[in-house]
Amino acid sequence: MRGKLRIIFRGRFDLAYFFQQLINGLTLGAIYGLIAIGYTMVYGIIGMINFAHGEIYMLGAFVSVVTYLVLSALGLSYIPLVLLVMLLSSMLFTSIYGWSIERIAYRPLRGAPRLAALISAIGMSIALQNYVQLTQGARVKALAPIISGGFTVMEQNGFTVRLSTLQIFIMILTTALMVGFSYLIDKTPLGRQQRACEQDSTMAALVGVNVDRTISTTFVLGAALAAVAGVMVTLYYGVVDFYIGFLAGMKAFTAAVLGGIGSLPGAMLGGILIGLIEAFWSAYFTIEYKDVAAFSILVLVLIFRPTGLLGKPEIEKV
Amino acid sequence: MLKIQGVHTFYGQIEALKGVDLEIKQGEIVTLIGANGAGKSTLLMTVFGKPKARHGRILYEGRDLTRVPTHEIVRLGIAQSPEGRRIFARMTVFENLQMGALCTDGSTFDEDVRMVFDLFPRLEERRTQRGGTLSGGEQQMLAIGRALMSKPRLLLLDEPSLGLAPLVVRQIFDIIKKINQAGVTVFLVEQNAFHALKLAHRGYVMVNGVITMSGTGKELLDNPEIRAAYLEGGHA
Ligand SMILES: Nc1ncnc2c1ncn2[C@@H]1O[C@H](COP(=O)(O)OP(=O)(O)OP(=O)(O)O)[C@@H](O)[C@H]1O
Ligand SMILES: [Mg+2]
Repeated sequence: MRGKLRIIFRGRFDLAYFFQQLINGLTLGAIYGLIAIGYTMVYGIIGMINFAHGEIYMLGAFVSVVTYLVLSALGLSYIPLVLLVMLLSSMLFTSIYGWSIERIAYRPLRGAPRLAALISAIGMSIALQNYVQLTQGARVKALAPIISGGFTVMEQNGFTVRLSTLQIFIMILTTALMVGFSYLIDKTPLGRQQRACEQDSTMAALVGVNVDRTISTTFVLGAALAAVAGVMVTLYYGVVDFYIGFLAGMKAFTAAVLGGIGSLPGAMLGGILIGLIEAFWSAYFTIEYKDVAAFSILVLVLIFRPTGLLGKPEIEKV
Repeated sequence: MLKIQGVHTFYGQIEALKGVDLEIKQGEIVTLIGANGAGKSTLLMTVFGKPKARHGRILYEGRDLTRVPTHEIVRLGIAQSPEGRRIFARMTVFENLQMGALCTDGSTFDEDVRMVFDLFPRLEERRTQRGGTLSGGEQQMLAIGRALMSKPRLLLLDEPSLGLAPLVVRQIFDIIKKINQAGVTVFLVEQNAFHALKLAHRGYVMVNGVITMSGTGKELLDNPEIRAAYLEGGHA
């Protein structure tokens, strides 16, 4: 059997084990969802995948580690304040990166063939990875747990289901961000301008929307959300390296496609589903194939339902 | 109010406007007629810089619009209901009107919506319906209503009667007249030459990217060449 793909069922059947995977999957999914929003929003407005978005998330993770180190060097240890500063500085820095990426890699190519913009995006992604590798080193950076503690949710057959404080924190923060962001897009003038550009950028300009500025704003908002995901992952796994953007980026992209690229609720739903798939697959089957599981979903969606679960049916009349 | 002087516009290599001269005075309704592909829609879009004029000037109250970014033009008091209506399809009727009011300070928003709903009661019934699911006529009303929400002094209308039932065409032309009487200058592009020329103070005829004729609405209506080319059999 060596060399053959073997998928072994190795899980347990009890409810407790299932619940634990559910908790883990939702946590992971919330993080993927935050990153997926950036893919979907940028795709919606300029019709292309920002392949450097995973790198933005990676930068967010690094900025949070550096911020933490700086704060501890300064002797600041009040945890809520530390977290707040980590989040804000990550969001600030990645916003600047997101804005610059659009200016440097995409805006000059607007109207050029898609392939050109795609190559530019991939180039940007590689450049950012190398930049972080050079400035931060290639080794994994570790961070001591900042938020510890948790609850035992239930116990069954000697298996305890744990819900950590950190998981609660991640879920509450991501839910709040997603609700807030949906409100921003659905109900505010800024959100309407964003949607107008997405639906017909020429008409948007005719009614007075500054399309270039709206596109920049979209990159900045997507980057800020990815930064939050970066901070969460840093807290959750305790390690970052310059390469984490690639896999997380691909998974969040898969999530966006699964949910329906261009759809905001779709990105959130897709993120949660990918997180659940990954958690359950690792728990019940061979963990080595967990990434394959997520990407098989991408292939299946592209073949059978390219518009994704919540993809927009085209309702325009011409 | 609007003076177009020697405007040339290109789509890539194709020259769609080959030196257009035209003038619209404050308070007028001016109609532009011409065959398919003559360049009428291109002229309206060129006023907004989409596409940009390659040569020539577009003077609006003394200011050259060819140097103004597209999104600033509506702030100068010009609004357009463009070819194809270009309703924001996944926004509601009300949101489309909000988009129209984007360039205003919002202080008169409620009155302006009221005014649009009074002109087009149909839109009020459909205020929460998505733009893309409206009928063609309703979309046309929404496109005009959206343009009015910016409180324009100059309104550009590209074929507002296209695809509408004769009765609705009547209504639309009546409404254009009302809008004009309320003090808005109107530049109207129409295939429906008979109605349009009857309504207009003055008219222009465009052929292949140049203006070939101009005159008062009545002069053009009575002109045998125009009757032959644009009117005979063309109206009820
Ligand atoms: N986006 C475009 N790219 C290339 N050519 C274009 C484009 N838009 C219009 N044209 C060409 O420019 C010319 C003028 O088109 P325009 O739409 O202005 O005509 P029109 O007078 O509005 O016609 P219609 O009465 O059919 O609406 C046509 O030959 C058309 O094919
Ligand atoms: Mg036209």
